Amino acid sequence: MEEKNDKKIPRRAMLKAAALSATTALMGGVKVPDPVKTGVIPDPTKVQGAVPGKLGTRSPFEQPIKKASEISGRTPLQDLYGIITPSDLHFERSHAGVPLIDPQKYELLIHGMVERPTVFTLKDLKRFPALSRIAFIECSGNFRTGKETMTPQEICGLTSQSEWTGVMLSTLFREVGASPKATWFLAEGSDAAVMTRSIPMEKGWKDAMIAYAQNGEAIRPEQGYPARLFLPGWEGNMNIKWIRRIEVSDQPFMTREETSKYTETIKDHKIRQFSFDMDARSIITYPSYPQEVEKGWIEIRGIAWSGRGKIDRVEISTDGGKHWNNAVLQEPVLDKAHTFFRYLWRWDGNPAEIMSRAVDDTGYRQPFMKQLIDARGSDMGGYHLNPVTAWLIERDGKVLFKPEKRK
Amino acid sequence: MKGISSRALVWGLLLYACHTPDTPARFGFGRPASQAEIDSQNISIRPDGAGLPAGSGNFAAGRSIFQAKCASCHGPTGAEPTPNRLVAAFGDTVKAKTIGNYWPYATTIFDYIRRAMPFNAPGSLTNEEVYHLTAFLLCSNKIIDSTTVIDARSLPRIVMPAKQYYVNDDRKGGNEVK
Ligand code: HEC
Repeated sequence: MEEKNDKKIPRRAMLKAAALSATTALMGGVKVPDPVKTGVIPDPTKVQGAVPGKLGTRSPFEQPIKKASEISGRTPLQDLYGIITPSDLHFERSHAGVPLIDPQKYELLIHGMVERPTVFTLKDLKRFPALSRIAFIECSGNFRTGKETMTPQEICGLTSQSEWTGVMLSTLFREVGASPKATWFLAEGSDAAVMTRSIPMEKGWKDAMIAYAQNGEAIRPEQGYPARLFLPGWEGNMNIKWIRRIEVSDQPFMTREETSKYTETIKDHKIRQFSFDMDARSIITYPSYPQEVEKGWIEIRGIAWSGRGKIDRVEISTDGGKHWNNAVLQEPVLDKAHTFFRYLWRWDGNPAEIMSRAVDDTGYRQPFMKQLIDARGSDMGGYHLNPVTAWLIERDGKVLFKPEKRK
Repeated sequence: MKGISSRALVWGLLLYACHTPDTPARFGFGRPASQAEIDSQNISIRPDGAGLPAGSGNFAAGRSIFQAKCASCHGPTGAEPTPNRLVAAFGDTVKAKTIGNYWPYATTIFDYIRRAMPFNAPGSLTNEEVYHLTAFLLCSNKIIDSTTVIDARSLPRIVMPAKQYYVNDDRKGGNEVK
């Protein structure tokens, strides 16, 4: 509608004023209490709603938040209904905080065993043919246990999923003429840790990506703005964020993050290195602590994923592991991606123990903690732990985590 | 060919060709990197010593730098039970994973300190300081004695005690837990 008459109040301003007075603003100098806080919500069919804004908002009644520590922020898995993690809820882990990088000054250098050492600006990277892929990224230290009052977010919230868009690393390798003799490359970030990892060239040629977009918009700073390495299915730390340099080589560099960290002690004092693949796992996100359930029909829900391929099936037990039945997998079931599962269950009101177990298309079945201890020894490190996790449902409907014992 | 006629196949290929113009061998995007540019960014050090700069370091000089620039977080000797304990010799009965009992390569010490430490002023140390600190940490972990000079030649030759325990990942998926 056009607003030709200066003396009339423009329609937009009127609408805005109406909306404001309907919610929180001033009415004759009296401050109206915030309806969300007071719980006194006016009939929404009797007042004008808020006018369109520049950014969308969450309902004030929904407040999913990351659980943050000094070094990481965990995704609230229990608050999500699908396989895409809203970008602002994507987990984060950094070793020296989130750097502020000017996209105009950003450059990626590729050198070493290449014919043409080259510098790419962000604009250059975006000119190449692009590809999008939905897949998870998970920190390899993604398991916590210890008490009954733990949420899925606290147990394994260091996994999230986005649609990543960028240029395939193979395209860039061809562009710079990477040597066929090269076997490893170093990826380096431009954060204050100048984070580095060595990665086999094979992965670089196969499915590695330099991603600059996440869920359709520029990648978030916490996820590596303006560009990061994305290695589908491989441990999170290797997906170098804020990537500034790639050095093509014929041996691994043995950086601190692939020796002192991100290695795990296994049996006979051995230390396992280059544990890249994320093993298959799953978690029930509903019902979970601190939710409460009622007797009757319950749709058990959760996510399953594997760094090696697709989820083949998710098995559910509602009697502490005695019997197992397949859950229904929600499409799409993607390669190296969080897959949503559902299982209809009629709870009779007696105490119960429910759990899920993922099987991927290599035939790998998510182990119990005891199997992991048997395989790796009780001194096994904290990386790559993917045990079956169980929830205890008490007679009163309270749901508690069943803590796994590490010994 | 069974099932699918060769005519259909030819049509399919033609259609495919129409929709996917040949990808060029190169796009010509980006600009050549000069050697000076590469050298200014390339700070990585390999286990064979490639990348180590000129200079050398010793225990005594390293100890005073450590006390001035590192002790506030890692303790005066590095052996204090801090969250990031640096010193415990191989065979000591401590749970902490340290340079002495866990690190497989000595070159990593130089590389990591130069790129990331001190945590509150990363990238602020000179190469000489990093060599001294490397010598101090190696000696404190009982890997070299206090008279050994650490430089680009000697550092990659040090055999770290934990190296013997490192094995490559052999998990392959399938029907086994490893
Ligand atoms: C302000 C506190 C602080 C100061 C000062 C500091 N560090 Fe650190 N250091 C840390 C933290 C925190 C970590 C762990 C970082 C991480 O895990 O990403 C660490 C890790 C390390 C590690 C790796 C330990 C391992 O087992 O992987 C080394 C080696 C190290 N520091 C050496 C030094 C040296 C040498 C200095 C002095 C030049 C120094 N640090 C000064 C906080 C500090």
